[in-house]
Amino acid sequence: MQSVQLGLIDYAILIIYVAFVVGIGFALRRYLKSSSDFLTSGRSIPAWVTGLAFISANLGALELVGMAASGAKYGIATSHFYWVGAIPAMVFLAIFMMPFYYGSKARSVPEYLKMRFDERVRALNSIAFAVMTVFASGISMNALAKLLNQLLGWNYHIALWICSGVVLIYVLKGGLTSAIYTEVLQFFMIVLGFAPVVYLGLKDVGGWGTMKASLQTVAQNPAALNLGTNAYPSEAWTSAWKPLLSGPAANPMGVDWFAMVFGLGFVLSFGYWCTNFLVVQRAMAAKNMSAARRTPLIAAVPKMLFPALVIVPGMIAIALTSMPDKQYRIPPPIISDNVYNRAVEAVKMAAAMDPEDALPMVSEAMGRKLNAERITALVKGAEQMTDQQIKQGIYDAIAEYDYDGVILSLVKKYCPPGLLGLALTALLASFMSGMAGNVTAFNTVWTYDLYQAYIAPNKSDQHYFWMGQAVTVVGILLSIACAYFASMYNNAMDIIQLVFGFVNAPLFATFLLGMFWARTTGTGAFLGLFGGIAGSALFHAFTLSAGNAPGVKGGYLAVWQTFPSEMAQNFWLASFAFTVCFVLTLGISLVTRRTKTDAELKGLVYSLTPKIKDEEKAWYLRPATLGVILLVCCVILNLIFW
Amino acid sequence: MGLDIRWPIGLMFSLIGVMLVVYGLITGSNAELYHRSLDINVNLLWGMLLTVFGVAMLILAWRGARVNPVPQQ
Repeated sequence: MQSVQLGLIDYAILIIYVAFVVGIGFALRRYLKSSSDFLTSGRSIPAWVTGLAFISANLGALELVGMAASGAKYGIATSHFYWVGAIPAMVFLAIFMMPFYYGSKARSVPEYLKMRFDERVRALNSIAFAVMTVFASGISMNALAKLLNQLLGWNYHIALWICSGVVLIYVLKGGLTSAIYTEVLQFFMIVLGFAPVVYLGLKDVGGWGTMKASLQTVAQNPAALNLGTNAYPSEAWTSAWKPLLSGPAANPMGVDWFAMVFGLGFVLSFGYWCTNFLVVQRAMAAKNMSAARRTPLIAAVPKMLFPALVIVPGMIAIALTSMPDKQYRIPPPIISDNVYNRAVEAVKMAAAMDPEDALPMVSEAMGRKLNAERITALVKGAEQMTDQQIKQGIYDAIAEYDYDGVILSLVKKYCPPGLLGLALTALLASFMSGMAGNVTAFNTVWTYDLYQAYIAPNKSDQHYFWMGQAVTVVGILLSIACAYFASMYNNAMDIIQLVFGFVNAPLFATFLLGMFWARTTGTGAFLGLFGGIAGSALFHAFTLSAGNAPGVKGGYLAVWQTFPSEMAQNFWLASFAFTVCFVLTLGISLVTRRTKTDAELKGLVYSLTPKIKDEEKAWYLRPATLGVILLVCCVILNLIFW
Repeated sequence: MGLDIRWPIGLMFSLIGVMLVVYGLITGSNAELYHRSLDINVNLLWGMLLTVFGVAMLILAWRGARVNPVPQQ
């Protein structure tokens, strides 16, 4: 619980990093001449750069922190979010969808929707997307500022404003190119900053084999470590598929294989990777069609290997927790000093009375589950202790975990000064890359799809250039506002994320039908999308997951179906919304008149677009060949960790 | 675009790498400092690796600039 003291060397590394990302922004400033240079990079970047930026924009701080948390909660099965929930969709994007995005000369995903359908679909998609990016970056900024506050004792507000300020400077100076370039640098920073931590952690637990063995013991009795009340088969944390195939009760995710493969692997994953402008924008900035198509494929290589970097730390943390001699615990939830002070008072009061009554009193003051034996022991010794020692005692007795703190707790445990600076810089880099990704996607969608389309069409390019820059500032200020909002109203944030889930779940059905069926009409797409969103909201209103009361978690109209876990509910919701949107779009398209001719849809729909010939290219430049190789590698990984 | 991203990446990691190596050499005798990293002088070792990575990036950038000079706008 003591915050870590940074040495001179740590600050030096941090400052060098900041100087370089800001420097890149300034170095690129002289190349910016038009709004498209600023917002779309003028389509000039080589594939390996856009590829690494593609993955880096996705690898925000929440991903890093959240995946380690899931690694601890669910073990190796978390890698389904990579091997099932990312790689196939990335390959599909490269081979089938990039030709339309890039070939149509659309500047954004909503603009593609306008070309393919009509203004209504574009407006719906761009407004939802713009709001979502701002909230997404606000939520992750709040999380990061909290972590820095907790770990380093930095002031929350200063951390928030300085980090955002750095992103603002380099995005404002160098536009999308600057965001993409720094994302590449951040990619290497993240990998090289966290790799030694993972290595030291693995070495400390005694290597992969010992870690696996201790996780197998943990799986059979998770209650011993306060990891839940169910017992699982021994391979629950160490196999990717076996627990899943044995049904929801046999794995800590509480998910069945169909929901995993269809809900996550198809609907959610394709919906994110193939339609989210945040990532697609990186590929659209590539210098030519071939580079654009290779972008997601290049990105898929590190994505496939990331579980080693982001999930393994969570597993290490569980293994360490199960080894008493390692003196490690997963950090407890972040609790404010005021609450601690009240609890310290409660301990002192209890010490004067009967120690046996202490637990309820202290638990109530903390508002958390506490370890009874430790509290009793603490109360007995409290008279000889300072407040600080009592506080530490209460901290040690908290029997709840904040899984999001796993990755930083390992950094704290293993990094001496020097390496500590590097790992923290990596964390900041992941935060900045995610934020810059959101901001550059936001300013493009705002400028081209909302401002130019509906507010001020037919202005000079210089005007849109100016607007792009102005809205970059506005976007960052809005994110900061969202961060404060998130820090004040946790529940409100949950609701907002829930609504985004509703909006996103059906989206891929619209794209799939739009790109591969020329008969799909604008009205069909628009109403189908609306129906899908309404369908997911209704689905949520009538279902619940085990252990939750009706309310924000669903079931507020009636409980028709109870899922074993929130994740299962989420996957089924997505599958349902997709199906509703798909069927509605299909049906309505059949009964409405087509408004676009075949000639207008050329380059936008699969059957009406000339196939790209890449047979004469070297095999390593052909997207289809590369895609197949990647999928084979992905299958092999699944088999190894079966 | 006129800037080859390998230059800044190479420079940054070379710089940080050398700093870590120097810091690792200075603090190498401090056993207490490296106790947490399992008695391995990680600063020295990882600093060397970062330096190698950084220099490799610089060499690639330098070769790239020779083969394919960037037209100045």
